[in-house]
Amino acid sequence: MTFRKSYEPDIIGFLCNWCSYASADLAGVSRFQYPPNVRIIRVMCSARVDPTIVLEVFIRGLDGVMVLGCHLGTCHYMTGNYYTERRMKMTKKILRKAGMSPERLLVDWVSAAEGERFASIVKDFTEKVRKLGPLGEETKLNPQELKTRLVAAKEALAQEKTRWLVGRERELVEDKNVFGEKVPQEEFDQLMLQKIEKEFAKRRILLSIEENSLSVKEIAMRVKASPQEVLGTIVSLEHDGLISVAGIEGNSPKYRRARG
Amino acid sequence: MNEVRAGVFICHCGTNIGGFLDVPELIEYASRLPSVVFTMDNKYTCSEVGLAEIRDGIAKNKLNRVVVASCTPRTHEPLFRSTCKDAGLNPYLFQFVNIRDQCSWVHMKDRERATEKAKALIRMGVARAVLLEPLEETEVEVNPYALVIGGGIAGMTCALSLANRGFEVKLVEKEDQLGGTLNNLYRLYPTDEEASKLVQAKSEELKKNAKIEILTSSKVKEVKGFVGNYDVTVRHGDEDRLFKAGVIIVATGAETLKPVDIYSYDGEHVVTQIELEGKLRQGKLTDKDTVVMIQCVDSRNEKRPYCSKVCCLTALKNAMLIKETNPDAQVFVLYRDMVTQGTKYEDYYGKARETGITFIKYSPERQPVVEKGLVKVFDELLGEELALPCDLVVLSTPIVAHKDSEDLAKLLKVPVDENGFFLEAHVKLRPVDFATDGIYLCGSAHWPANIGESVSQAYGAASRASIPMSVGHVKTEPLIPVIDEDRCSGCSLCELTCPFKAIQLEETEEGRKAKVIAASCKGCGACGAGCPQKAITMQHFTDEQLLAQIVPLTEVKP
Repeated sequence: MTFRKSYEPDIIGFLCNWCSYASADLAGVSRFQYPPNVRIIRVMCSARVDPTIVLEVFIRGLDGVMVLGCHLGTCHYMTGNYYTERRMKMTKKILRKAGMSPERLLVDWVSAAEGERFASIVKDFTEKVRKLGPLGEETKLNPQELKTRLVAAKEALAQEKTRWLVGRERELVEDKNVFGEKVPQEEFDQLMLQKIEKEFAKRRILLSIEENSLSVKEIAMRVKASPQEVLGTIVSLEHDGLISVAGIEGNSPKYRRARG
Repeated sequence: MNEVRAGVFICHCGTNIGGFLDVPELIEYASRLPSVVFTMDNKYTCSEVGLAEIRDGIAKNKLNRVVVASCTPRTHEPLFRSTCKDAGLNPYLFQFVNIRDQCSWVHMKDRERATEKAKALIRMGVARAVLLEPLEETEVEVNPYALVIGGGIAGMTCALSLANRGFEVKLVEKEDQLGGTLNNLYRLYPTDEEASKLVQAKSEELKKNAKIEILTSSKVKEVKGFVGNYDVTVRHGDEDRLFKAGVIIVATGAETLKPVDIYSYDGEHVVTQIELEGKLRQGKLTDKDTVVMIQCVDSRNEKRPYCSKVCCLTALKNAMLIKETNPDAQVFVLYRDMVTQGTKYEDYYGKARETGITFIKYSPERQPVVEKGLVKVFDELLGEELALPCDLVVLSTPIVAHKDSEDLAKLLKVPVDENGFFLEAHVKLRPVDFATDGIYLCGSAHWPANIGESVSQAYGAASRASIPMSVGHVKTEPLIPVIDEDRCSGCSLCELTCPFKAIQLEETEEGRKAKVIAASCKGCGACGAGCPQKAITMQHFTDEQLLAQIVPLTEVKP
C-alpha cells in the first residue's frame, strides 16, 4: 500500500450516454490530460440519477459527485436534464442542511463536442474538492455524526412528498395551472426549502430513536435542536404513525420509531 | 443460472492501453474479484481473434457474465453484445469497462495512479455485471400506412415514392392546393423550368395514384401512439378525421423571412426575391432598368447565424431572368460570400458573370444603405463607397422555420433546433430519421434545401420509413421501466415526466396504475428517478446496479 503526502479526493461522475459521456471519450481521443480522481458511471440520461443515489455516494465516504448532462435544450430525451437540474438543486439544499458544502456536488452541461471543456471541468472540480478536504472537513463534523445526517438526508429525499414536489416544479413554475397562475420561482424555492427542512428534521429524529427510546429532551440533545422544535416534529411524526410512546420516565414520555 | 461466473477480458488496444497501464497487474487484480472465474488479456479484444477468445472463454468456462475492459461502449458495445449472443449468452449480460478513452489516454503520465483507477473501474464493472439480468427485445407490429405531413415538393415526392412501394399514404397539406413553396416561384435554377409545371405534373401523378389520399386545407391535430401504431386526428374545416398510421414523415417545409423595417422594405420599390418571382412571372419587369439585389438580409448574424444556401443561386437565376427579358437592364448583386458549391452551380455563377451582372462584395460591418431610388454600398474589393441609382431593390431574405413548427414538434414529441428547424437523430449517420422511432423528415423542414436536395431527402425518408412497414414489425430495446403496481399510487408524475408518452395511467381494479408502452420508451430513466413511491425499476440501469458501482477507492487497493 502506498501512502501519499497530499490528500487525493475520491470522486464519482454520473455521465449521460449522449453528451457528457461522449465528451469524456472525446477528451480521451484528443489526449487531454486530467487528474485520475474521477471515476465515471454511465447512465443513459442525467435524469436517471436519483437524488438518493447522490446521497449514497457521500454516505459511502466518497468526497465529490459530478452529474453531467447535455446542454439544456439539447437533451437526447428532450426534457431529461431539466429534471436533473431541479432535482440536483434540491439535493444541494439538503447537503447544506446535512452539514456539507453543496459544492461537493457539481451539476453541469457538456456537449459531445466539448472534450477539452470536460477535461477542464474535471481538473477544476478535483481541485475544488481537494481544497475542501476530506468529507466533513468543511463543517468539522465527526464522520459518524455526518454519516447519520447524510442518511437522514437520503431518507428525506426518498419521501413521497419531497419527490412529488420536485417532480412538479417545472409544471408549477413554468406552466400556468388551471387557474391561469404560475408559482413564482422564489416562492417555490422557499416552499421546497421548508419541505426538505421538515422532512430532514423528521428523519433525524426517527434515526435517533431507531434503537433506543428517548425523551424529547434527549432527542433534542442528539439532533442538536431546541426541545420546542423537536416537540413540534414529534407531534407530526406521531400523527403520521411513525413513532410510538415506549414508556414514561418521570413526567416525560419516551419515544421510539414505530415498527413496520 | 444460479452461480455467477464472470469472465474479464482486458484489451491492450495495441499500446493504447498496454503502454500506459499495467495490464498484467490488472489481470491479477481482476482474477481475485468475487464471481470472476476467468480472466484474459487480448492484444485487440475487438479483432476477430479477440472475439473468438470471448466465444471460447464463454463456452469453456461456462461464463454467464462477460466484462470487457477496453474502449468505449459508444462504439464497441454492439459488437461485444452480438459476440456474446453468438456464444449463446444473453447480450444484456455483457458489461463494458472504459479503461482507454477515460483512463489510459487521459492519465498518460501517471502509470501507477492510472492503473489504480483502472482496477477501480474493473471492480465497478464486475460489481454491476453480477447484478445484470438477461433481457429480451420485444416485437411490435407495424401498420403499413404512412402519414406524410406537408404537400410541397418533399412531401409529394415522398408520398409517391411510398405509394409506388405499395403502401397506403395519407398526404396532409394545410393550404388548399399542393405545391408548397413552389407555388410562389417562377422558374427554377439551374434548368429554368417552370415551377408551376413541376407542381402540375407531380399533383396529377399523385391524384392518379389509388394508394394516395390527399387531404388539403387540413392540419394534424393530434397524434397518439408509437411506431407502427399511431392514431392520427386530422382537422379539415370543422370536421375531424381519425386514422391509423405506422410511420410519419414530416415534410412541412419552411418560409422566407418577411422583412420588417429592413432596407426601407415596402413590397413595391423594395421587394423580396419571392415577390420578384411573382413580378417576373407576370412579365412586369420590362420598365426596371437598374435592379440592386442585397444578399444575406438579416441573415448570418447573431440572431440567425446559419446560411440559407438557396438565396445566392436564386439571386443569380432571377438576375439572369431580368437580363433575359430586358437585356439593357443593369443588375447589381451585393453579396458577402457567393455560395454556389458543386459543379453545376459554380458554372451557373460563371454564366451569370458572363451576362454582365455586376457583383459587389460588402462586409457585415458596413451594411448597404437603401435610400429613395439609391443604394449606397462600400465595395470591399475596390475599397470605396459606391452610390447606385436604381429602379428596384430586391432583398434576399433567409429561409426560416414555420412559426407553427414547434406546435407540430410537440404533437410528435420530436425536437427542433435553436432556429426552429426540425432536428434529425444524427447529422451524418441518420440524417432523415428522428430519434423517435417511426418518424422521419425531409426537405426544408429540416433546414434550407433546394428542390434537388428536397427530392433526394424525400426518397431517403420514404426508403427509411418503408423499412419497418416492409418488415411488418419493429424490435424495441428492453431498456424500459417496470412498474411495481403494488407500490404505484397512480399519482401520474411519471406520465408528466415522460416526454415520449411512454407511460400512461390506466384504470385497473386496484385503481389508477402506471403502464409502460415499451415501443414508445427511449430508456432514459427519468421516470424512475422521480417516482414518489419508488415504484419504478429501470431495467439494465436499476438502483442496485448503479449503487454496486459506487465503490470507494479505499476499498479498491489490494
